[in-house]
Amino acid sequence: MTDVGYSQDYSLTGSGTKRALEIGLASAQWYQAPIPRQRMKQLMQRSDGPAIRDTITWLSAFIVLAGFAIHFYPSWWSLPFFMAYGVLWGSSSDSRWHECGHGTAFKTQWMNNLVYNIACFMILREPRIWRWSHTRHHTDTLIVGRDPEIAVMKPTLVLKVFSNYLGIPQVYYSFKAMLKHAGGTMSDDEMSFVPEPERPSIYRTARITLALHLLPFIAAWATGSWLPILLFGVVPSIYGAWFYVMTGYTQHAGLPENVLDHRLNCRTVYMNPVFRFLYWNMNYHVEHHMYPMVPYHRLKELHEELKPYCPPPYPSTFAAYAEIIPTILRQVREPTYTIRRPVPPGTEFQPRLDAAVAAE
Amino acid sequence: MTNWIQTLATDDVATEDVSRFDHAGRTFAIYRSPDDKFYATDGLCTHEKVHLADGLVMDNIIECPKHNGRFDYTNGKAMGAPVCINLKTYPVKIEGGKVFIDIG
Repeated sequence: MTDVGYSQDYSLTGSGTKRALEIGLASAQWYQAPIPRQRMKQLMQRSDGPAIRDTITWLSAFIVLAGFAIHFYPSWWSLPFFMAYGVLWGSSSDSRWHECGHGTAFKTQWMNNLVYNIACFMILREPRIWRWSHTRHHTDTLIVGRDPEIAVMKPTLVLKVFSNYLGIPQVYYSFKAMLKHAGGTMSDDEMSFVPEPERPSIYRTARITLALHLLPFIAAWATGSWLPILLFGVVPSIYGAWFYVMTGYTQHAGLPENVLDHRLNCRTVYMNPVFRFLYWNMNYHVEHHMYPMVPYHRLKELHEELKPYCPPPYPSTFAAYAEIIPTILRQVREPTYTIRRPVPPGTEFQPRLDAAVAAE
Repeated sequence: MTNWIQTLATDDVATEDVSRFDHAGRTFAIYRSPDDKFYATDGLCTHEKVHLADGLVMDNIIECPKHNGRFDYTNGKAMGAPVCINLKTYPVKIEGGKVFIDIG
């Protein structure tokens, strides 16, 4: 299907929202490939084993890398260890937040919740706000005025897009929101997707989180060392953010908004095993959006099932960026331009939008 | 007032699974628990109107296939965000290998 329209109003309470609701883009029926029920049941089955194994590896990597960083500190030899540690803290936490937020990483829910909250602290996300935000992202993926998680808006603000690699804008907006929540209020956009009963808890969490973020600074003052600041809290969230921004942009950047087909607005990108460990297989992003309850450790199998129905995957991160960079630069001046992904013949999807129905 | 309607054959619902049944413009979810008991609820998630029959049954829980919303299908209780509204349940009886539900 073609993009049914263009709006620059990405707020969740403005003209884009009104339009999405009017023409039936909100909470709409999306394309799903016809995978047999029995096979989907197999793929959705939960287990604790893979995520426990990966979490032990993940936590061990923190300890080892922090150990080497501390050992070599303050020499330059510590730098590569800090860089790797930063990626664990500031980027791999994004995929842990994501998978545990879906409740699919572990079978046991308290394990999902525990890792989810730890990851939220690392990546500076308020746990409840972001649970609801991501719920909306899955209902209305890249629907302008509805999706709170559109990373690259049009026309492209180049400085904003590229400064995200430095982690600075995320920290600024996270702490701005956290201070607002600690004061007992939230933005209109947040109110549009967070139910009223959830809000008092969000305000309490913001106050606690702000206090926790002071601890590394207090520890640094008490010990006379920069190490607590370099290893815990906001600083590793900054210097380690680049990897999750790099992988995150491959998900949707440059692809069309306001389409009801995840094959058109998501990318599946083949990545190496290290990237896939850090990213918990979210490179299979078409698959994840089409069937979000399939755990990360079964996405490769789901990818095989969906191949006959999907556009060809991108062979590498480099290949994805070879498309993304020229596209988002072109969208600076030509915001209606988007990449068109080819779906296999015979699998095209024509949703029945309210406006189209009304015109019949 | 009772209004029993015939739905699916018991064989149409696998153990620890759910099947969809549509009737008079309404949609229902028929469950078969691991201990071989049958239950029925409204067929759509109370959060985003997604068909629960596409979801995953784990013991006495049905998980919505879209957002991980979970209900106890034996009593309809919403188990936490993003589902906040309980699921309507219906009395069930088995007769002649068929599942009947009372839609009132």
